[in-house]
Amino acid sequence: MQELLQNLLNGIAVGAIYALIALGYTMVYGILKLINFAHGDVFMLGAFVGYYAGRWAAAHANSGHPANYFIAGGIMLLSMAVCGVFGYLNERIAYRPLRNSPRIASLITAIGVSFLLEYGGQFVFGPDPKFFPTLTPKHIVHLGGIVTTNYQIIVLVVAVIFMGLLQYIIYGTKFGRAMRAVSYNFEIASLMGIPVDRVISTTFVIGSALAAVAGILFGLSYPKIEPLMGIMPGLKAFIAAVLGGIGNVPGAVVGGLTIGIVEAFVGGSQFSNFRDAIAFVILIAILLFRPSGLFGKYEAEKV
Amino acid sequence: MKRLPWYLRDAIYLALFVAILLAASWALNALRFPGIAYYNRIIVMIGINITLAVSLNIINGHAGQFSLGHAGFMAVGAYFSAFLTYFYFSPLVEKYPSAQGALLVVAVLAGGALAAVAGYLVGLPSLRLRGDYLAIVTLGFGEIIRVLILNIEKIGGARGFSGIPHWSNFFWVYFFAGITVLVSFRLVRSSVGRAFLAVREDQIAAEAMGINTTKYKVKAFVIGSFWAGVAGGLFAHYMMYLNPTMFMFLKSFDLVVMVVLGGLGSISGSIIAAVILTILPEGLRMAREVLHTDKDPRMIIYSITLIVLMLTRPQGIFGRRELWQVLAKRKDAVPKKERDDAAA
Repeated sequence: MQELLQNLLNGIAVGAIYALIALGYTMVYGILKLINFAHGDVFMLGAFVGYYAGRWAAAHANSGHPANYFIAGGIMLLSMAVCGVFGYLNERIAYRPLRNSPRIASLITAIGVSFLLEYGGQFVFGPDPKFFPTLTPKHIVHLGGIVTTNYQIIVLVVAVIFMGLLQYIIYGTKFGRAMRAVSYNFEIASLMGIPVDRVISTTFVIGSALAAVAGILFGLSYPKIEPLMGIMPGLKAFIAAVLGGIGNVPGAVVGGLTIGIVEAFVGGSQFSNFRDAIAFVILIAILLFRPSGLFGKYEAEKV
Repeated sequence: MKRLPWYLRDAIYLALFVAILLAASWALNALRFPGIAYYNRIIVMIGINITLAVSLNIINGHAGQFSLGHAGFMAVGAYFSAFLTYFYFSPLVEKYPSAQGALLVVAVLAGGALAAVAGYLVGLPSLRLRGDYLAIVTLGFGEIIRVLILNIEKIGGARGFSGIPHWSNFFWVYFFAGITVLVSFRLVRSSVGRAFLAVREDQIAAEAMGINTTKYKVKAFVIGSFWAGVAGGLFAHYMMYLNPTMFMFLKSFDLVVMVVLGGLGSISGSIIAAVILTILPEGLRMAREVLHTDKDPRMIIYSITLIVLMLTRPQGIFGRRELWQVLAKRKDAVPKKERDDAAA
């Protein structure tokens, strides 16, 4: 029982990170019908900004413990800003010129941007793994019978805050309404006076900022970061988005948590060697039996 | 003059091709200068990549089914043929050395056949999925294949499979590349190929015309993965070592990039893109000296080139046309509809 709960908690903590990345995928796919392969690498970029900012903060701390919740929050905001700017430039330079080309062209460009971030990361940051600094005090927490760290709790709280914020932006603000309109039909949305380009850019900025949050949270929980770290979580987050029904925001969260939990259980069982494949098995099963995902709407094809 | 029947023409082409290949491989063997092994290796890798790109072009370009799992099929072919030669054929060759070529062909074709079976299994979900979903499912299948191989101890698992005999060479690699290209050309002009194109252009219209779309989609997968498996077998017997990380989805991405860059559906485009993209990273080795850095900027330049090329020519180098159609610049070389699509 204890082991079960322990696995469940670990799964939820990883799943929350997947969910944050999945939100970026699902928003971009919902609007542009583009699998933004570079998204997982934006997550990596976020972690690295956190790494350098954290080291800088530690080096400039006057005395005592440099780890402090305010500084950690500042580092997270900085990372979000950097990734947001990157997301904006990425859309502006690499995707917008191709919006009217065949979709495959933007897909290949996305792969190109992803390569650029991965190999550029190896060039700039170095290919060797780095140890993510402890941004906040770390201690062990006993919750009922299970042992955890305050980091897992931080991960969950921060993830929930940002998911709530996103839910509010999409369903509670005027911009969110514009976003939904653009994702429903972008030509008609532009006829209704919605600035489609600006909405798309902002979506990329929001998605990338969420990926940065995920990157920092990942760095806190698994403190080894390297330039290729975004590939697998990126793919799994995409699967999470498909699982929940792509384009569907709560679906991405549910999908992320499901993948995280299933992986934690498989990883804790005798089949742990197959941990990396299980997400793909889930994906294939879901696409065969419910191609639109758990919460997606089925769209009949018009002739 | 009356045209010869197609099989005679193809036989003549093949005979000529084999003669040229024999002469070329003789010339390559006769050449001796420092670093020849390195150039030899690049030339062989080009041949393998041509086979892979042209076979992927059948699935992605002709049938229009976007697959991101080609490296998985290649892995199936590579591992199965290596398994056959390592455990069964090597002892035979020790007894009868002259059988080596024939056994290589058997092993490579067997690898292709098993890859084709895998292609059939992967092709089935394409009954229900299309576009991006299919892409991500094939990517998933590729990764599942890789993880399965990783867990089979008999063929090395995570340590990799070493000790594979060095049987494949310039001749065999280009022989199979040539056959793949020939099959691919014959295929597009056949009724099957026409059905592929119809499915690509408009699946619903194709279905209304009485084309069994499912059957042809699966067929495309089976044919494409067969040649991917063959290429994998040749790769295994050239490298003499296999490791599951060689068949990560990044390899599939590389192949898709070749096909799209050459122009989806253009066979000569795939070949040229395969040549360029295999040489490019090697040619960029000098960038390191120019930039005076001890880090390797090759892949950065590679990815920037990729982005710039896609931004400037989203339809690929040749669009859907073949090299000679582009060179001829004859308006009637391509039906108007196709030309418009290529331009769009």
